[in-house]
Amino acid sequence: MFSYNFHWNQAFKALPQMLEGALVTLQIALLSMAIGLAVALALTLFRLSGNRILNGFATAWVEVARNTPALFQIYMAHFGLGNFGIHLSPYTALLVGIAFNNAGYLAENFRGALKAIPDTQTRAGRSLGMTPLQAFRYIVMPQMLRIAFLPATNQMVWAILMTSLGVTVGMNTDLAGVTQALNAVSFRTFEFFALAAVIYYVIAKAVTLAARLAATRMFRY
Amino acid sequence: MFDTALTLADLGFLAKGAAMTLAVTAVSVLAGTVLGVVFGVIRNQAGPYWSMPITFLLDIFRSVPLLIQLVLGNALQSILKLGWAPFTTSCVVLSLYTAAYCTEIVRGGISAVPATTRRAARSLGMTWWQDMRYIVAPLATRVSLPAWIGLTLGVMKDSALVLWLGLIELLRASQILVTRLQEPLFILLICGAIYFIISFPIARLGGYLERRWSND
Amino acid sequence: MIEIENVRKSFGSLEVLKGINLTVQKGEVLTIIGGSGSGKSTLLTCINGLETIDGGRIVVDGTDVHAKATDLNKLRRKLGIVFQQFNAFPHLTVLENVMLAPVKVLGQSKAEAEAMAVKQLTHVGLGDKLKVYPNRMSGGQQQRMAIARALAMSPAYMLFDEVTSALDPQLVGEVLDTLRMLASEGMTMICVTHEMKFAREVSDRVAFFHKGVMAEIAPPEQLFGAPKDADLQTFLAATH
Ligand SMILES: Nc1ncnc2c1ncn2[C@@H]1O[C@H](COP(=O)(O)OP(=O)(O)OP(=O)(O)O)[C@@H](O)[C@H]1O
Ligand SMILES: [Mg+2]
Repeated sequence: MFSYNFHWNQAFKALPQMLEGALVTLQIALLSMAIGLAVALALTLFRLSGNRILNGFATAWVEVARNTPALFQIYMAHFGLGNFGIHLSPYTALLVGIAFNNAGYLAENFRGALKAIPDTQTRAGRSLGMTPLQAFRYIVMPQMLRIAFLPATNQMVWAILMTSLGVTVGMNTDLAGVTQALNAVSFRTFEFFALAAVIYYVIAKAVTLAARLAATRMFRY
Repeated sequence: MFDTALTLADLGFLAKGAAMTLAVTAVSVLAGTVLGVVFGVIRNQAGPYWSMPITFLLDIFRSVPLLIQLVLGNALQSILKLGWAPFTTSCVVLSLYTAAYCTEIVRGGISAVPATTRRAARSLGMTWWQDMRYIVAPLATRVSLPAWIGLTLGVMKDSALVLWLGLIELLRASQILVTRLQEPLFILLICGAIYFIISFPIARLGGYLERRWSND
Repeated sequence: MIEIENVRKSFGSLEVLKGINLTVQKGEVLTIIGGSGSGKSTLLTCINGLETIDGGRIVVDGTDVHAKATDLNKLRRKLGIVFQQFNAFPHLTVLENVMLAPVKVLGQSKAEAEAMAVKQLTHVGLGDKLKVYPNRMSGGQQQRMAIARALAMSPAYMLFDEVTSALDPQLVGEVLDTLRMLASEGMTMICVTHEMKFAREVSDRVAFFHKGVMAEIAPPEQLFGAPKDADLQTFLAATH
């Protein structure tokens, strides 16, 4: 029926290279999550601040992140910033783009989580003499992070999947980039990308599992 | 800002790109939803022999980057000598991708229908099919609609990736203009605005429905 | 001393406090009774500055609560408050719940705060629950924890807002016993309550609120024995 000869050996020989790429993928995903979390917390505080400008800024960030394609956000970082004389390397542009996206989605998760925490918690903290910031930091935020943990895990998986978009702006060191480079010299497209798919799948599942384990350890109440 | 080489013809080019984006989205969401409903019902109603392999297979589409799926789909159709155009390949891959998420939404919607309600329907002498058609479907649709709207918008945004197979959709059209006119920020902003204008109102509607329906 | 002078408070067009005058001396136990919506809770949250006021003033130990220059966070250390909902911090153990504010607000060392927390928790009968998370405890235990949490700040005054209203009947007693103990130790207390027997026993004075007005205030024997206000008579008749 089909006369195609699969050459899996070639792909397996490239496995070490691809695994190195997988490390870069994981690195970008983790970094973008760390930055995304920090920015999302800041955006959440902006939204709670009651200041119109800060609130507007945070809302704009969240809505743009959620209503435009991730690939568009990466293009903006890579090509768009050029207008300001900022020329980001593919690695940095990818990181900035994904971090921007993560921050928007995480901030929205946080907002949902905050709705589940009654006002009386803040009142109780204020009654004990805490400043609004202290009440947020020690009482509201820990509860918010717990509620938002599972959605954040999903976002981490998204971040891993999004790293593959780097190849469209010339990234060649992450898993997708390495795979594409190998493909360009060998033309064994199916074999290489199938192997890459398996590696992505394993990473995604491993991260999900690790997050579940971490959750049971971290949240004892 | 208005000092630009962008012509009306270029805007038309962008509009054609946007039309392509919407076409790919429409076909994929339509096909993906039909598949998703079928798989969702099977997942919910059939025994583990049927539901487990389906669950596993569909989960792959949610754990592997869409870009890789598109490349693999394209490679596969060429290996099988199917001779599909990039548009067909893109729609097939995106449909399966959509189906994977839609299955979960449908499953969630069906399991949100209380077992007691369904037992009541069956007690009235309704067949399995009547129960599904007149009791489960309306209730499950209501529960699932906000998530389904979110999925549709997600597919619309993710459809940008089909540019990798050479389709000139909205983002690729913008990129072509950027290369020609060397005004990356301005053109990308227009492109982003188009995505935003399509997505934002529908996302709002989804949020509104979710809030309204979760209250009763 | 807490001095409340002609305090007015409205929520929109609804006037909730219509000129309240009241002075609570050091060491006094004042209970406030009255129907639902009469403004009791609102008064308590005005005293610790959680709510603003629209007229009059509230002075705690010489400090005007609602003056611009007042450091409310500092003032609130003096005023412990316990609410109807227990407001336990669910992510912290009982011990951590009580230690949090002394460490973060008063700047106490962990050791110092822990010693104080253990003392107060033992005092309210929770010495064996230190490492437990609040959701593992009964409502009565959570409410006693909330009392210990307020006491750990060494407040000069304690405000209690219907602290037994959300409890199952069999758990009310243990919390009231804790309040009795505090009263007998000389703590200055304002208690909003629906427990008439308790009010009669522990109070130096009882105030009756009706529709935003303090309709009557008197020692318990007099207020319960020979109520003058007509609304109070109706209220007492209804509660018996
Ligand atoms: N934050 C608020 N916004 C608007 N109205 C409020 C607010 N807080 C209280 N009120 C209203 O003010 C009135 C007095 O409320 P308050 O809670 O002080 O009554 P209460 O005497 O404590 O009653 P209860 O015995 O039911 O606790 C009520 O009509 C209430 O609906
Ligand atoms: Mg009240």
